[in-house]
Amino acid sequence: MYQTTYHRASSVDEAASLFAKGTEAKFLAGGQTLLPVMKQRLASPSDVIDLGKIKELIGVEASGDTLTIKAATPHYDVATSDAAKKAIPALAYLASLIGDPAVRYRGTIGGSIANNDPAADYPAALLALGATVKTNKRSISAEDFFKGLFTTALEDGEIITAVSFPVPQKAGYAKMRHPASRFALTAVFVAQTKSGEVRVAATGASQSGVMRVGAIEAALKANWSPSAIDGVSVSASNLLADIHGTAEYRANLIKVMAQRAVAAAG
Amino acid sequence: MGVEGIGARVVRKEDKRFITGKGRYVDDIKLLGMTHAHFIRSPHAHAKVKKIDSSAALKMPGVVAVLTGQELVDDKVGNLICGWAITSKDGTPMKMGAWPAMAPETVRFVGQAVAVVIADSKNLARDAAESVVVDYEELPAVADMQSAIKAGAPQLHPEAPGNQVYDWVIGDEGATDAAFAKAANVVKLDVTNNRLAPNAMEPRAAIADYDAAEEHFTLYTTSQNPHVARLVLSAFYNIAPEHKLRVIAPDVGGGFGSKIFIYPEEMVALWASKKVGRPVKWTGDRTEAFLTDAHGRDHVTHAEMAFDANNKITGLKVKTYANFGAYMSLFSSSVPTYLYATLLSGQYNIPAIHAEVVGVYTNTTPVDAYRGAGRPEASYLIERLMETAARQLKVDPAQLRRTNFITQFPHQTPVIMAYDTGDFNASLDAAMKAIDYAGFAARKAQAKSQGKLRGIGVSCYIEACGIAPSKAVGSLGAGVGLWESAEVRVNPVGTIEILTGSHSHGQGHETTFCQLVAERLGVPISQVSIVHGDTDKVQFGMGTYGSRSAAVGLTAILKAMEKMESKAKKIAAHALEASEGDIVIENGEFKVAGTDKAIAFPMVALAAYTAHNLPDGMEPGLKESAFYDPTNFTFPAGAYICELEVDPGTGKTSFVNFVAADDFGRLINPMIVEGQVHGGLAQGIGQALLEHAIYDANGQPVTASFMDYSMPRADDLPSFNLSHTTTLCPGNPLGIKGCGEAGAIGASAAVINAITDAIGKNNLEMPATPDRVWRTIHAA
Ligand SMILES: Cc1cc2nc3c(=O)[nH]c(=O)nc-3n(C[C@H](O)[C@H](O)[C@H](O)COP(=O)(O)OP(=O)(O)OC[C@H]3O[C@@H](n4cnc5c(N)ncnc54)[C@H](O)[C@@H]3O)c2cc1C
Repeated sequence: MYQTTYHRASSVDEAASLFAKGTEAKFLAGGQTLLPVMKQRLASPSDVIDLGKIKELIGVEASGDTLTIKAATPHYDVATSDAAKKAIPALAYLASLIGDPAVRYRGTIGGSIANNDPAADYPAALLALGATVKTNKRSISAEDFFKGLFTTALEDGEIITAVSFPVPQKAGYAKMRHPASRFALTAVFVAQTKSGEVRVAATGASQSGVMRVGAIEAALKANWSPSAIDGVSVSASNLLADIHGTAEYRANLIKVMAQRAVAAAG
Repeated sequence: MGVEGIGARVVRKEDKRFITGKGRYVDDIKLLGMTHAHFIRSPHAHAKVKKIDSSAALKMPGVVAVLTGQELVDDKVGNLICGWAITSKDGTPMKMGAWPAMAPETVRFVGQAVAVVIADSKNLARDAAESVVVDYEELPAVADMQSAIKAGAPQLHPEAPGNQVYDWVIGDEGATDAAFAKAANVVKLDVTNNRLAPNAMEPRAAIADYDAAEEHFTLYTTSQNPHVARLVLSAFYNIAPEHKLRVIAPDVGGGFGSKIFIYPEEMVALWASKKVGRPVKWTGDRTEAFLTDAHGRDHVTHAEMAFDANNKITGLKVKTYANFGAYMSLFSSSVPTYLYATLLSGQYNIPAIHAEVVGVYTNTTPVDAYRGAGRPEASYLIERLMETAARQLKVDPAQLRRTNFITQFPHQTPVIMAYDTGDFNASLDAAMKAIDYAGFAARKAQAKSQGKLRGIGVSCYIEACGIAPSKAVGSLGAGVGLWESAEVRVNPVGTIEILTGSHSHGQGHETTFCQLVAERLGVPISQVSIVHGDTDKVQFGMGTYGSRSAAVGLTAILKAMEKMESKAKKIAAHALEASEGDIVIENGEFKVAGTDKAIAFPMVALAAYTAHNLPDGMEPGLKESAFYDPTNFTFPAGAYICELEVDPGTGKTSFVNFVAADDFGRLINPMIVEGQVHGGLAQGIGQALLEHAIYDANGQPVTASFMDYSMPRADDLPSFNLSHTTTLCPGNPLGIKGCGEAGAIGASAAVINAITDAIGKNNLEMPATPDRVWRTIHAA
């Protein structure tokens, strides 16, 4: 690791002003992505600004038809939150599948979506549930937030403060884990909103990051059941291919995971 | 046996320090004035090193030196050696290219060191390393064996034309051809044995400390065999003479073979510590482990098995290509030859065998022994052949094995090994009973109704362990003898120190070796300590690998114990005024048999050291040593059966049951044996389902981190169902066969046989990843 200066911020405003002062500052949340990259000397921030202890950034709250997860809430807290389990059980379940216990105790939703790994779990939930990303400057819809591999709509120094999820009618998540990393080899989040809209998002599959799967959405809109997906054809073009899965395999997984997610959603 | 004697499930003495974080590993050691080494490694699989410019680095803070491969040459430091000479079928010796510890001219795999930065801290060394400019001229590289042996392939070493190290044969080709000519059925199979990265939990590390006044070196290193390290470092590398080099292997966090070998880093650390006049420490990181720890396996094989009309095997033909990577590592040459082809008879009566093994250089990390070393490759091949044969001949796979089992012992195979004892039907019976083999068809039908493909797979393995009779291995080209030594030191107060040349790095010797003493003397194991891993303390030893520590190392201790006990009995007889022949040892006392006359063992020890009243002419003291050279290999064997389900939608395998019925001869501590089997099975299953060290066509490693290389985790594995059927090994007095490698040797074939049974297709390579299984299911 290169030399860096560590700051522990006690409020979002303090974090933002510390960031402005650094020449090449970086926010730190759970450190599960940033620290390995720094240890490998692939990143050399001048200043590291820790958001992890900012009280206003931690917690899970349900109010009315919205579930709000604050940005520095660790995956473990979401997985075990009564509010989350009651409002959107599929989301709590998703959090319980992230990485391993150490990663779940430290890694946060804000860090995960800011990083926007093409195989991360949360982006699929945000996109399928039509969530809104709250920052210290604005609100951004999930559609506008994710901009392809490791890129988001966040501006330099912008801090995610929370993600708010409209509580759906039904939702389900099914994940095929990458055998080595435990990220999603391909995973699918399906949701039926309270207004009857069907939204399906796949992660780990596309070369351009988390994506909606229109063909499956249409099939499920007509008939919300696993068998409705049987006849859908998912193209392998533009899907990821690597030593753990060909593009054709991932295309198959999009269908199979979608079917299992629908079955889980009930 | 007593509560702590042989066969008792004694809790491991060493676990207190390991579990409380008090283990002492090389990286925990800090010496005064210590510097830190960071190696500069080639990013190219094949390149000429044109120029190394370290001028900027030398000006950086805390930098002590930047040393290069050319300086090694200038100081006449020797190249790395390969310690087992193999002769090709045309009578020529194997063809080896030189392997310098840092490359002065040519790099041949990604990760090969070209220079080292020595600095006041690890971070400063790393900072400076980024300022060293190495000018490479890239050369075409070849990573896969099939391409490497083709005409026109990039050539690695001028000494080895066609990238061929050797073309070696074993067995009777004429007899084998004759058997095939008369065969009623021939079964053919092509298999790949996937390359694995060993990944011991503790990465390799070394600290070298040169004492200029004494002209003496101390090396702390992560070694499975510190004496062998000292021998090789002193005899071949021209760095330190043997009596001026102390090698200490303290707590070592796993080896699996990868820490047998002498690596460039410890050579360079030793040499550099003298050059810079300060201790030099190097601790590898995980990336360096993936790039530079010797890999395992990596065979491509075509095999054919001939059967007569009664389904009896009449012949076996094997042709194997073995990938050695870019250089011949210390014992690499023996792995696909004498450790592999000599086990091709498996548990079966095979009258004629012929095997040919071609060793190949590629631009990849060197390959050497990894848990099982050659024997997993043999076992996997034979057991997949047997399953393939059963399917082709339409007979039950268990029955086909029984039809061909060796049942008379000793049994001389056509490939050198003489099996001393075994009962292969007994282990297969035990495994079939444990898994309810008879009820499988009903379970398969039940699973099918739930959309799951269920399969069962058998693997009956045999291995040659207790490595090895020195004369035998010497006649086959080994550069060392493979005996073991031990010393028993009884202190004046009756506590006992056992010095052993075996090295414990996860095997639990500090417990099991004490259990032998407890068994013989009836003293608690708390009174016994095991001393190992330091060439200044233990006179000599060959170390731990090849499941040899109990069969060979513990037998050496037994021999030394017998000598010590014989002297102690004389002292006791003298004190008790009885005849030596009447003395028996019971519960820590030396007794006159049939009387209540007794003297406690500590009093015997004290008498030996006070020497006030010893028999006439007896030397004072109570300390004996012994060397033990085995007369044969030992032959652990067993039957593994795996039942699993494949999800046809994803190709993912889930275990239903995994039973292992092993015959290890006598067990010293069944709990430790179970731990060894669990670990071995995890590695065998890891190879079958998950692990694969992959290179792209240019020799760039694709799997150099745990994000890409799948190590088995607890939830990838079933809960194992273990049992033992025992035939005592006649070759050593304790009847021990060894248990350290069995799981890794037997498991992978059971898993692949079960998956191919489940999906109804026989062609499936390891690792059987979900993607691969799914594609195989859906292949036309
Ligand atoms: C072994 C392992 C396995 C994993 N498995 C999975 C998995 O299965 N599924 C999965 O989805 N993820 C997985 N992860 C990633 C994990 O979820 C991380 O926690 C996540 O990617 C990053 O979150 P973090 O809180 O650790 O962020 P950090 O590493 O601290 O930060 C990551 C990036 O986000 C930025 N950032 C953090 N918080 C904010 C904020 N509030 N506003 C703006 N920018 C911010 C940082 O500046 C940095 O650039 C795994 C990680 C590891 C190490």
